Amino acid sequence: MRKISRLSRFNVASLALGLAFLYLPILILVIYSFNASRLVTVWGGWSLRWYHEFFNDRAMIEAAWMSLRVAASSATIATLLGTLAAVALSRGERFRGRTLFSGMLYAPLVMPEVITGLSLLLLFVALNAERGFWTVTIAHTTLTMCFVAVVVQSRLGSLDRSLEEAAMDLGCNPVRAFVAVTLPLIAPAIVAGWMLAFTLSLDDLVIASFTTGPGSATLPIRIYSEVRLGVKPEINAICTLVIGLIAVVIVIASLASKLSSSQGESAAPL
Amino acid sequence: MTDELPRTDVAADAAGADTHPAAGQPLLRIEGVAKTFGMFRAVDGVSLDIKAGEFFALLGPSGCGKTTLLRMLAGFEAPDEGRILLGGEDIAQALPHQRPINMMFQNYALFPHLSVRDNIAFGLKRAGMARADIATRVSEMVALVKLEGLEKRKPDQLSGGQRQRVALARALARRPQLLLLDEPLAALDKKLREDTQGELMELQRRLGMTFIIVTHDQEEAMTMASRIGVMKAGQLVQVASPRELYEAPRSRWIAEFVGDINLFEGESRLRDGHRLVIGTRDAGTLVVAEPREPVGAGKFAVAIRPEKVKLSRRGPVSEAGHETALNRLDGVIADICYLGGTTTYRVKLDTGGMMQASVANSARLDVDAYSLNQHVVAWFTPDDCVVLPS
Repeated sequence: MRKISRLSRFNVASLALGLAFLYLPILILVIYSFNASRLVTVWGGWSLRWYHEFFNDRAMIEAAWMSLRVAASSATIATLLGTLAAVALSRGERFRGRTLFSGMLYAPLVMPEVITGLSLLLLFVALNAERGFWTVTIAHTTLTMCFVAVVVQSRLGSLDRSLEEAAMDLGCNPVRAFVAVTLPLIAPAIVAGWMLAFTLSLDDLVIASFTTGPGSATLPIRIYSEVRLGVKPEINAICTLVIGLIAVVIVIASLASKLSSSQGESAAPL
Repeated sequence: MTDELPRTDVAADAAGADTHPAAGQPLLRIEGVAKTFGMFRAVDGVSLDIKAGEFFALLGPSGCGKTTLLRMLAGFEAPDEGRILLGGEDIAQALPHQRPINMMFQNYALFPHLSVRDNIAFGLKRAGMARADIATRVSEMVALVKLEGLEKRKPDQLSGGQRQRVALARALARRPQLLLLDEPLAALDKKLREDTQGELMELQRRLGMTFIIVTHDQEEAMTMASRIGVMKAGQLVQVASPRELYEAPRSRWIAEFVGDINLFEGESRLRDGHRLVIGTRDAGTLVVAEPREPVGAGKFAVAIRPEKVKLSRRGPVSEAGHETALNRLDGVIADICYLGGTTTYRVKLDTGGMMQASVANSARLDVDAYSLNQHVVAWFTPDDCVVLPS
């Protein structure tokens, strides 16, 4: 609090400008989603008309439902695989090719999405897979798994190995020791990883448009194609809902990771 | 103590304290155990017998393999060679959870997400003990380590000393045949460490349990253990009682590692009954008692503990027997180190060497103290010297 009160006028101004730069467009979008007018740029008074419109737009609702399903299932698979990868990387100190494996796991973090999308498309075509829900889900799993692995691995790295040994010493076989001790301690990181994967999947447009098929558009694809024909105020309403959802998920994820790191401190020996 | 702790039928007990090894047979027998990490031979052919009810200390500098040996006993490392017999049964390849052995970790390894109570109950639940019995056992353990009232706290709400007690209670709760303690007091401050040493000894006696402690602190090992095994570079170089280790070290290295010592290199000149006469470079000719194991001619080191060296202004006048007068060295006080109970003087000998003498400060006033550059005579009997192979 003291630091904030000490901010000079210049700092306050630059902070305000910075925040405005980031959030003004979003704020305008949110305000205009409550616009009664049909014209996007003309203010016609407050109304929930476009929200109503959206909930009656079957195609949009279907796209939104598709997106939620893809996000939830890809996040779940990615969390499972990412956690396993993180455990293998941080626990298997002695296995060969560990550096190579971790490098390969993290490559998708910096890989341009167009390339990921295109290569997945080529794979699905080669496999003659019917493109739709499952291909998008698999593609999003590939994209988000490495993020989960990074989050979980950093938590595992800060855990004391002797905790698992103590559990084994007290009668757990290695699997039980992991479940009884390690898993509860990395659970916040796993939750944070899932949330991260969920939001990443929810707002991905590029990879989804490469890997989806006819009749199974995700919400970003649907919005993008609508906007190309001209912006309808309804889009503002949808975007506001998506922003709200993502904001909630991000707040939960950061709370979870905060909890995780504060537990990490307490886990450290004196 | 065993009267206070009612026996409960649990898997841990059945596999544990009830299988008494036959009389005379050691509880634990380590036979030629070796472990190599890559190119590094951490433990190199260690053989050792430990009797039931012993308080045994593995002592050595860091990196000597003592922790690796302990981890092989706990089951976290499998030996490359040799056997580990517990009550006659080879457990060398058994997993940690299959052994009736528990370990107290150096950093305690308390489960941060569990309360004190749940930490202590952890191993009992795994043993399939009934809930009521677990509750009874946990409260016994809590009382044993004097943690009453803290059962619901999490480890991060405890002080270092309290955590140490939780770790001890957790390791003891399953009533292991053998308790391993890896530097259990290293994280405590000096005063608390000394109190805890006493409590650990008391506990071990009351429970009649076998303890193996790993430590790099020779004072700690000497205070607590009934027997000490000294390790150096993966090998067990001497196993002896604290007194024997201190008064009759087997090698120069051990003599220097355990306590302070004056060492003088020399060659044996002649034998005079039970005496050896050794000519040293730094301390002239010394008369020493012949060691129990006869030594041949050749190079030796003569070792004298500082507290065995007496100082006087004119030599051993009052006790002027023939025996005591055998080793007299003139010198001047070069350095004075006042330690409270004792004062350590460093004497620059006229023959060239340095000699440490530790003198008890038995009087409060310093009338007997020596001052810097004062001329003194350092003297000691032949029996106070140890002859070590050079």
